[in-house]
Amino acid sequence: MGKNLFNKVWDLHKVGTLDSGLDQLFIGLHLIHEVTSPQAFAMINERGLHVMYPERTFATVDHIVPTENQTRPFTDTLAEKMMEALELNTTEHGIPLYDLKSENQGIVHIIGPELGLTQPGMTIACGDSHTSTHGAFGSIAFGVGTSQIRDILATQTMAISRPKVRLIKISGSMPQGVYAKDVILRVIKDLGVKGGIGYAYEFGGTAITKLSMEERMTICNMSIEGGARVGYINPDETTYEYMKGRPFSPKEDNYKKAEDYWNSIKSDSDAIYDDVYSLNAEDLQPMVTWGINPGQSVEIGENMPLLRDLEQDDRETVEQAYNHMGFKEGSPIKGQEINVAFIGSCTNGRISDLRVAAEIAKGRKVDSHVRALVVPGSKHVAKQAEDEGLDKIFIEAGFQWRNAGCSMCLAMNSDKLKGRELSASSSNRNFIGRQGSPTGRTLLMSPAMVAAAAVSGKVVDARDLEGV
Amino acid sequence: MDTKNMKRESLSGRCIPVRGNDIDTDRIIPARYMKVVSFKGLGEFAFYDERFTSDGSLKSHSFNNDAYKGASVLLVNKNFGCGSSREHAPQALHRAGVTAVIGESFAEIFEGNCGAMGIPALTASPEVIEELMGKTEKHPGLEMEIDIRSAKINYNGVEYNISIPDSSRSSLLAGTWDSTASLLNSGSLISSRAENLPYINGFTK
Ligand code: SF4
Repeated sequence: MGKNLFNKVWDLHKVGTLDSGLDQLFIGLHLIHEVTSPQAFAMINERGLHVMYPERTFATVDHIVPTENQTRPFTDTLAEKMMEALELNTTEHGIPLYDLKSENQGIVHIIGPELGLTQPGMTIACGDSHTSTHGAFGSIAFGVGTSQIRDILATQTMAISRPKVRLIKISGSMPQGVYAKDVILRVIKDLGVKGGIGYAYEFGGTAITKLSMEERMTICNMSIEGGARVGYINPDETTYEYMKGRPFSPKEDNYKKAEDYWNSIKSDSDAIYDDVYSLNAEDLQPMVTWGINPGQSVEIGENMPLLRDLEQDDRETVEQAYNHMGFKEGSPIKGQEINVAFIGSCTNGRISDLRVAAEIAKGRKVDSHVRALVVPGSKHVAKQAEDEGLDKIFIEAGFQWRNAGCSMCLAMNSDKLKGRELSASSSNRNFIGRQGSPTGRTLLMSPAMVAAAAVSGKVVDARDLEGV
Repeated sequence: MDTKNMKRESLSGRCIPVRGNDIDTDRIIPARYMKVVSFKGLGEFAFYDERFTSDGSLKSHSFNNDAYKGASVLLVNKNFGCGSSREHAPQALHRAGVTAVIGESFAEIFEGNCGAMGIPALTASPEVIEELMGKTEKHPGLEMEIDIRSAKINYNGVEYNISIPDSSRSSLLAGTWDSTASLLNSGSLISSRAENLPYINGFTK
């Protein structure tokens, strides 16, 4: 019987089994940012340890960077302090840092793939749960906490238990106007926000193989919202094509050897899985969340659930969601008036996302009641968009065009919801308070749907807009 | 590293219930309080938005309830700690006095973070959790005894079974939950494992 990619890559990186019974796993690529790393460096320094493989760790700044005025020192003194700490720590330990002066700066999960750091068959860790994004390349990538960042810095390994593997098989092809975001929101709705606990998700099937790398990243990115710490897709020609010519990709002379390795770690055709879940892409519709976790979503044409139709277990969270959102049970999501539109984040802040949104924004105007922001995921994305004139399209339509960063995805900079504002967001979390206002409200959807909502002033089916 | 003081065989304390499923890390500590370079002082921001309205007045929350002051065993329901990987969440709880968490289930990264901090994250059936929460709400002064070795708790003379993953249990008992030292013990095994990975040298070998 064959082996799946997950177990192959795990075995190749397993150093041994610790007394605790956990595996010691070698980490091929470690990514760090300003929010979760300073305490880890402090612990290293306190114990007189050094960074074992500084050349395998890369740093960038994304979570707290202002997206408007980026002159230093930042007006936010706390943010400035965090920047200084990262600068000091990376210099002291010889770790490359892509800061605001670097053309490579951006959201950590966007720049890894962009620079060719993210490669098939690697283990990748970062102090951020959306590290699962990198699994799109056929790597095992997961988020870790600060104590584990300390361990990886000091030993390039970490203690972790091996999860089970669930194959999520998506057949058919996606209908026009349905995007990767809709696929993953559907999966999370079907399997639940706790469904993936203890599992790594392998996404496969014809619908997945037809996706571009950027779409694959969107899907793997949100695996964590379904409880799965890891999401991945087997590498193929699409992956190899994407990898070519990137700064850290294998050099041309060695490309053959690289491809041999990448092919060798793919899941065997008779690989065993602990569980299989199947879905047909033809049945998918654009999805919109209406509640306070990413599993609380409906198709654009559907109504929000009635409490009486729910299992007792779900009812409590749903009631809480209705309380917070102020929606009436059973009402349609379509037509809900929004105050803010946010296009960006590591889920949907890449060039293909901006292209789709610009297509809709072109020749239209953002509704006068809506504050709309486009925040490219990285400087490279921003530059590409500007080269294509997308920035002008957005600005003309009334969107604000910002600098790269996490921005309103978690609102650690000054981009925040105010009061009870309702935001249509292309990001990944609709948790209470996530977008910076404790009473703020978030509807998650694809970038196309956010752009459509921005120009309509309310939630609409993007497919109904003329010429889309 | 001196693991003697790090052994966690048993602990005891009063309980504090926080009811609700899927309580995410943004609720445990809102992102705006994560602009820090040290975990010190995070305790006061635990559950901040659940405890205070925007004008700073108190909401009803067990962390605001004087009856639970000084309690150290946090009782929760399902999927507690979902969302972000931020260790700021368990750190904030820890610095607010929490030394153990008992719930129906935990999000994986949160559970791992607790493990790495030496905070037992224990699970029990929904019925047991309900009973523990109910008892605590009626009698907040009761002390709970947690025995890690036998995976049992004693609450007001009644014994309950709890579960704890074998790996967390053994590292709590051995005092090796701070994993850096055990990882470093592998010494040259680490570099030899690395050398076997074809990408380590850019596929030049
Ligand atoms: S964009 Fe959002 S989810 Fe992604 S890394 Fe930044 S804060 Fe985290």
